[in-house]
Amino acid sequence: MNLLILGANSDIAMAAAHEFAAHEGATILLASRDVERLERKAKDLEIRHQIQARVLPFDAVDYASHAAFYEALDPKPDGVILAFGYLGDQASAQRDWGEARRIIESNYTGAVSILEIIAADFEQKGRGFIIGISSVAGVRGRQSNYIYGSAKAGLKEYLSGLRQRLFKCGVHVMTVLPGFTRTAMTEGMDLPARLTAEPEDVGRDIYRAWRKRRRVIYSRWFWRCIMHIIRHVPEFVFVRTKL
Amino acid sequence: MTKISGWGRYPVVNAATFSFETPGQLSEHLARPGAMIPFGMGRSYGDSALCEQIVCTRRARSIESFDPETGVVVCDAGVSLAELIDVFLPRGWFLSITPGTKYITVGGAIASDVHGKNHHSAGCFSACVDWFELMLPDGSVTRCSAKKNAELFRATCGGMGLTGVIVRAQVRLQPVPSAMIDQTIVKARNLEEAFELFEQYSSWTYSVAWIDCLAQGNHLGRSLLMVGEHAGNQPLRLLPNRKLNVPVDFPAFTLNSLSVSLFNSLYYAKTFGRMTQNQTAIDPFFYPLDAIHNWNRIYGKPGFTQYQFVLPRAASYDGLKQILTRIAASGQGSFLAVLKLFGAENDNYLSFPMEGYTLALDFKITPQLFPLLDTLDEMVHEIGGRVYLTKDARLRPDTFRQGYPGLEDFMKVRRQYGLPEKMQSLQSRRLNLQ
Ligand SMILES: Cc1cc2nc3c(=O)[nH]c(=O)nc-3n(C[C@H](O)[C@H](O)[C@H](O)COP(=O)(O)OP(=O)(O)OC[C@H]3O[C@@H](n4cnc5c(N)ncnc54)[C@H](O)[C@@H]3O)c2cc1C
Ligand SMILES: NC(=O)c1ccc[n+]([C@@H]2O[C@H](COP(=O)([O-])OP(=O)(O)OC[C@H]3O[C@@H](n4cnc5c(N)ncnc54)[C@H](OP(=O)(O)O)[C@@H]3O)[C@@H](O)[C@H]2O)c1
Repeated sequence: MNLLILGANSDIAMAAAHEFAAHEGATILLASRDVERLERKAKDLEIRHQIQARVLPFDAVDYASHAAFYEALDPKPDGVILAFGYLGDQASAQRDWGEARRIIESNYTGAVSILEIIAADFEQKGRGFIIGISSVAGVRGRQSNYIYGSAKAGLKEYLSGLRQRLFKCGVHVMTVLPGFTRTAMTEGMDLPARLTAEPEDVGRDIYRAWRKRRRVIYSRWFWRCIMHIIRHVPEFVFVRTKL
Repeated sequence: MTKISGWGRYPVVNAATFSFETPGQLSEHLARPGAMIPFGMGRSYGDSALCEQIVCTRRARSIESFDPETGVVVCDAGVSLAELIDVFLPRGWFLSITPGTKYITVGGAIASDVHGKNHHSAGCFSACVDWFELMLPDGSVTRCSAKKNAELFRATCGGMGLTGVIVRAQVRLQPVPSAMIDQTIVKARNLEEAFELFEQYSSWTYSVAWIDCLAQGNHLGRSLLMVGEHAGNQPLRLLPNRKLNVPVDFPAFTLNSLSVSLFNSLYYAKTFGRMTQNQTAIDPFFYPLDAIHNWNRIYGKPGFTQYQFVLPRAASYDGLKQILTRIAASGQGSFLAVLKLFGAENDNYLSFPMEGYTLALDFKITPQLFPLLDTLDEMVHEIGGRVYLTKDARLRPDTFRQGYPGLEDFMKVRRQYGLPEKMQSLQSRRLNLQ
């Protein structure tokens, strides 16, 4: 199996890569902006799992490069994990369109741009899988991070439509909705310990759900319950909460 | 700010934590104002890895190379021993030296110069480290080995993170025939028998004893000696076993009653004469407590500490007798303690082991505890021994100084490399370790 990982410097993505390398013996293509860090991770994957790993530069918001990026892949991947994302800072995004736009593009438009190219190839071949990492933040917009949350919601709905489109030709599209996870993205944040997962937990959840061809998963599982409740809080109550 | 503590959950500090993946990121953190200390997996019990600024090393955990002919691994200091076992045991390689938990980092293993059940034959962890690279506060990276920058090497092994941040290391693994251990357990009715057994079984690679700290009089030192060798003719790959978890803080009596019944069930088992032999997997042999996740919660909210000391060999028997009697009389302390005979001392300035007997036991933190431990400190130092820093949360500067004659040399290296300002832990401040 050839597995392409977009935004491979993500801790969650790397944890998933270890699962696919260990259990599927997959060849891993690591693509992200910071290639120096990827090189170290590629070496590490190779030694730990006795598989092959390669590194490619990729920028999700450099839309013009996406076609050529995918064109150059040989062989083409059997599956892709789309993990790039940018949390940004809600307060400054409210003031600064540059930051707001960076959040929207890094989480949403960048994903649409590259996934359309990949989807076309998978659709034509009639096989492949796409795992997209959205977030529980995309399940209901909240004042503390709605710019990020709305971009993640966009990605979630995009994946939903893509799943329906590709279902017919046997391409599996899976949406991952992680809750708090201890990664570079959340470093220094005071997260509630009992609700916070390690990247390895999420990586394992992703791999297991992929094996079962699940469509939408929460990770850790209890977020499904939490988000079920949050989603059903009526607006007149919701606007008054601090959530 | 994050609330953070060592394994004993005492003390707890509010700290700013920084992680790094590359040396470049680490040097940026070190350039910030204020003192800091590296933090690996927080398996040190007390305040060795605590400060108001903490550099977490776990994000940098790439394995960079492995030589299948020699078992030599080069990896980031944030790689855990558990990871090395997972990756290399199926290929026939195991750690040359391992402490009683595998959930520690290579950096932490070097910084505490940890020992294992084979200390009498293999020495401390530094003995399997060919070299490591250390980042100093100015961001420069220095490669240190027993030959190159030897003083910095000797200061860093056992140096409790006070000499800079270890970023990478080359570690030698040992070839093993299988993932199993041939184990022999022998009963000792008292301390005298236990000592005899340690001598008698000194040619075994691994040895350690569980000792009943509450036994008194004729039974003082009642213990079970466990020795082991790597077993042949067995697989290298074992089925993973499930982990238990301690999800919430337990009331404090449970671990004691657990260990009491465990010890007694072995000690008084009918099937079990004076000696028994069996085969066991590497995990339960080396890491019995790792099978229960978060077992430190068993002691409840106040936290606990482990008191580990070593006594010079010649004075060990009488010394241990006195100390065990004192502990039993205090009515504090865990039922179970770990006793081991160390081999020769190395020349690292602050490494803990010296030739003689070491005893480690857990205490729940209570108001009566610290006075007792102060008394024990005095007894230990009177006898010429010392207390292990990686377990410590309360030692006093004067008693510490007596136990560690290498301290002056250590502090000299600290000054020479401009470390006293930048690299500090709560422990180093408490011990007045400049
Ligand atoms: C169940 C259990 C059993 C144990 N058994 C043994 C045993 O048999 N023998 C033994 O010797 N010890 C034993 N220990 C203690 C443990 O091995 C040491 O405390 C070890 O240092 C912990 O490593 P860590 O990675 O968790 O480091 P931490 O606890 O996070 O840090 C320990 C020290 O290492 C320093 N440090 C960590 N990483 C670096 C780095 N990259 N560069 C520089 N300094 C660094 C820290 O500053 C600190 O001073 C045991 C602990 C437990 C919980
Ligand atoms: N951590 C959480 O609590 C959490 C919760 C829910 C959802 N998520 C989502 O899960 C995914 C993975 O998150 P993580 O926590 O593992 O994050 P992370 O460690 O911060 O990784 C995100 C990665 O995305 C990459 N990236 C950002 N912008 C990019 C761009 N324009 N082009 C290419 N790569 C880009 C970065 O790679 P470079 O370093 O190479 O730039 C970065 O390493 C993200 O989509 C995140 O939003 C995270």
